[in-house]
Amino acid sequence: MNAILKVEGLKVEFDHPLGAVKAVDDVSFALQPGERLGLAGESGSGKSTMALSLLRMIKPPGRITAGRVSLDGTELSALDHEAMRHLRLAGIAMVPQGSMNSLNPVIRIKAQFADAFRDHGLKLSSAELDARVAELLRTVGLRPHVADLYPHELSGGMKQRACIAIAICLRPKVIIADEPTSALDVVVQRQVMETLARVQRDLGCAIILVGHDMGLMAQFVDRLGVMYAGRLVELAPIAEIITRPRHPYTQALISSLPSLEKRGAMQGIPGLAPLLRDLPPGCAFHPRCPRAEARCTTEKPAVREVAPNQQAACHFA
Amino acid sequence: MHLIDILRRCGVFVLIVWLAASLNFFLPKLSGQDPVRTKLLQQAQLGGYVQQGIDEMVKVYETRFGLDRPLWQQYLSYLGDVVRGDFNFSIANYPRTVWDMIAESIPWTVGLLGMTTLLSFVIGTILGALLAWPRAPRWMAWLMPPLWALHAIPFFLLGLILMYLLAFQVQWLPIFGGYSMGAVPSLSVAFVLDIIRHATLPALSIILVAVGGWALSMRGMMVTTMGEDYVVFAEGKGLRSLTIFSRYCLRNAILPQITALALALGQILSGAVLVEVIFGYPGIGTLLYQAIRENDHFLIQGIVFTVIVSLGLATLLLDLVYPLLDPRISYRRT
Amino acid sequence: MQGLLRYFRRNLSLVVGSAMLLFLLAFIVIGHFIVDVEDARALSVRPLQPPSWRYPFGTDRQGRDLLAVMVAGTPLTLQIGFIAGILGVGIGTVLAFVAAYYRGWADTIIRGIADIGLTVPGLLVLIIIAVGIPGGLSVNQMALVVASLAWLNPTRTIRAQVLSLRERGYVEIARMSGMSGPAIIVLELMPNLLPYLAATLVNAVSGAILASIGLEVLGLGPIDAPTLGMTLYWVNFNAAMINGWWWWWLAPTTIIVLVFLGLFFVTVGLDEYANPRLRRSA
Repeated sequence: MNAILKVEGLKVEFDHPLGAVKAVDDVSFALQPGERLGLAGESGSGKSTMALSLLRMIKPPGRITAGRVSLDGTELSALDHEAMRHLRLAGIAMVPQGSMNSLNPVIRIKAQFADAFRDHGLKLSSAELDARVAELLRTVGLRPHVADLYPHELSGGMKQRACIAIAICLRPKVIIADEPTSALDVVVQRQVMETLARVQRDLGCAIILVGHDMGLMAQFVDRLGVMYAGRLVELAPIAEIITRPRHPYTQALISSLPSLEKRGAMQGIPGLAPLLRDLPPGCAFHPRCPRAEARCTTEKPAVREVAPNQQAACHFA
Repeated sequence: MHLIDILRRCGVFVLIVWLAASLNFFLPKLSGQDPVRTKLLQQAQLGGYVQQGIDEMVKVYETRFGLDRPLWQQYLSYLGDVVRGDFNFSIANYPRTVWDMIAESIPWTVGLLGMTTLLSFVIGTILGALLAWPRAPRWMAWLMPPLWALHAIPFFLLGLILMYLLAFQVQWLPIFGGYSMGAVPSLSVAFVLDIIRHATLPALSIILVAVGGWALSMRGMMVTTMGEDYVVFAEGKGLRSLTIFSRYCLRNAILPQITALALALGQILSGAVLVEVIFGYPGIGTLLYQAIRENDHFLIQGIVFTVIVSLGLATLLLDLVYPLLDPRISYRRT
Repeated sequence: MQGLLRYFRRNLSLVVGSAMLLFLLAFIVIGHFIVDVEDARALSVRPLQPPSWRYPFGTDRQGRDLLAVMVAGTPLTLQIGFIAGILGVGIGTVLAFVAAYYRGWADTIIRGIADIGLTVPGLLVLIIIAVGIPGGLSVNQMALVVASLAWLNPTRTIRAQVLSLRERGYVEIARMSGMSGPAIIVLELMPNLLPYLAATLVNAVSGAILASIGLEVLGLGPIDAPTLGMTLYWVNFNAAMINGWWWWWLAPTTIIVLVFLGLFFVTVGLDEYANPRLRRSA
């Protein structure tokens, strides 16, 4: 099967007076149509930067310094500004973080849909717009009258559904959801994830779910990528990762989960996440790694196939 | 907005008026003497054709604010005057009432300051928004230092400099007054043009300074707004730069600017006292200057009171209008 | 030292502002050596002389040497500004800390007074106060009058700043480790606030000078002191502009512009130092 989204050797660096910081370092993966891919990692591991860079939305002092991203065969870096703009939402749509106020507080929900339609060249009559918006809102389980409300009149969960409805309004091929349920309470979290899963199934699009909740990942995604210090250190089907994690960091992640119900945020990995500005030489994980040897302090492990469909970046995997 | 909110805002307005009146009443008494009485007695001794009127005023003043009456009674009768809008006669220009003189000056000041405030708001806000916008032309960045520098200079000083350059050296514009001497005030085109010519220099010195302030604050708000999540999401939605700029950034960043505009409009009467003085412009500022020079306490008090009331009024209006601009506000009980 | 130099190169505003103020300082100090400040009194020299080698800044109608007036008057104006500014920021800081640290009714009252006070046009209140003081003001009285309103703005801005600092982790940690309120304020909050306080102070000094000059131009200043504002009052009083005595207003105007520009750029520079985020977004 042809990959819908292909990422090769992607690098994002942030300029800093003390030297460039690599937030995303040589990441490659391929996303299959309809696939649900998870990207997990601690905060500062580069996973959110990675998500933004797929949309080419990195702001200075950050910039994409290397790599290719292609959507359905179209190389994104070859697109001009205007084409890239059209590709956002229509090709790759983002679902913003749940903790954020991602809706413009001073205009009504319907207008926030209308802006998107208009700027993507759809000329809708007022009646058509009403119908489209009502239909989209129904898809995410909101009632049509929500269209006439302001964001502050909605609950956190409702706002997030509205964002999902906006994200799917042009039937994108890929959805990137960056911690879509952060700061929502557990019940609402579940509802939002179910909504996301349903619209993804109905549209048949692929989805990249960025997050740090391993339990959520286990329930939702088909494959999971684990990021550490800007690198994709392991990528494998979720069942493999849960049962046979190859990278010591992934192992630590898995074993830190409460064993009975595999839910909860990552915790209890010894040591601190490294500063991207000041990475240790060799394998960035070696200061915290129980298996570290002399080689790990000097030689950066390459990503390699450790089993069919399973890749990891560790000398011992 | 709820009725209670409206009532409470009106209550704040009444509070401000009351504070202004009390300030007027008590501050001059802090020194232990009554400067008003001193001045009145001085004026009475000067004599002249209005002598009888001044004597009358002294008598009225003594019965109402005399030292034999307790302070609270004086205070109450003063508040009574304020409620009735009675600011007494001008001490220095006796037969004229304070209110007459103020009413005559207000249109001049409101005209000049209203115009310059709105103009500098519009120019400054647009400039500020563009200065924060990454896609604005490069040369705009060069506008910042002069805008900043001008903003740091007081209105009236710039007025002096412009006056020397444009009115004294090259004599393009009249140097003094609100209209030419000998011109007959009428609604003719010639007279209006004359007024505009006279207002140009004071207006220019206000606008050149004020634009920088509006631009600076707008730029700051734009920078903050551009970092907001809804702007990031708007970009993620693939909206046009212009849409993001106008409907997502500007529309939100302008809200605090509008608050500031309302306050600035409230300050209209006192905003450029010194500019008026420098240019001899026949507005409230010059009236106040004359009142100070002549120690005309009733006139000073009348002006201060009028200014503070106009300010309270502007704040009240803003509070009533603001919910129309910001949908969140009617729900947020402050 | 080299780091400092490198920092200065990035923070040009601070350098430019400080340079202007240092220049003024040098002018005052050197001026005191080369000119007799007694000539700043009326009837000391021939009146209305345009600038010459003898009187580089010219003389005014009352027979003052304007160079002497500037040398004697600039420090007086700065004195008013600094006394009022320091008093204002001092009072403002104390009130702001009380309000922001202890919250509750103290906060409500302090914030209420500051907010209402800030809506009232300051110059007018100062006029009422100044008019009410019989016999005119001395330079120091002038400073006190201006200071009576100079604390409002610092109170509000510093309060907001303390509130945001208060939420940060280290204050929480200090509180949990049993530090007392005042100790937290002095040991934890103060050091973080210092650059910000410095910027507020410079701002307050600038505002106080502006207010004092305003009062003086209106004729409410210390009538026989040669401050910059009083000089402008005489300029206006004698209609020097229309009469073509350009040197009379040129000297005070130039110095006042230098004072305000210098203070302004120092504030901008200090702001940048206190809050580097502003720089990056510029």
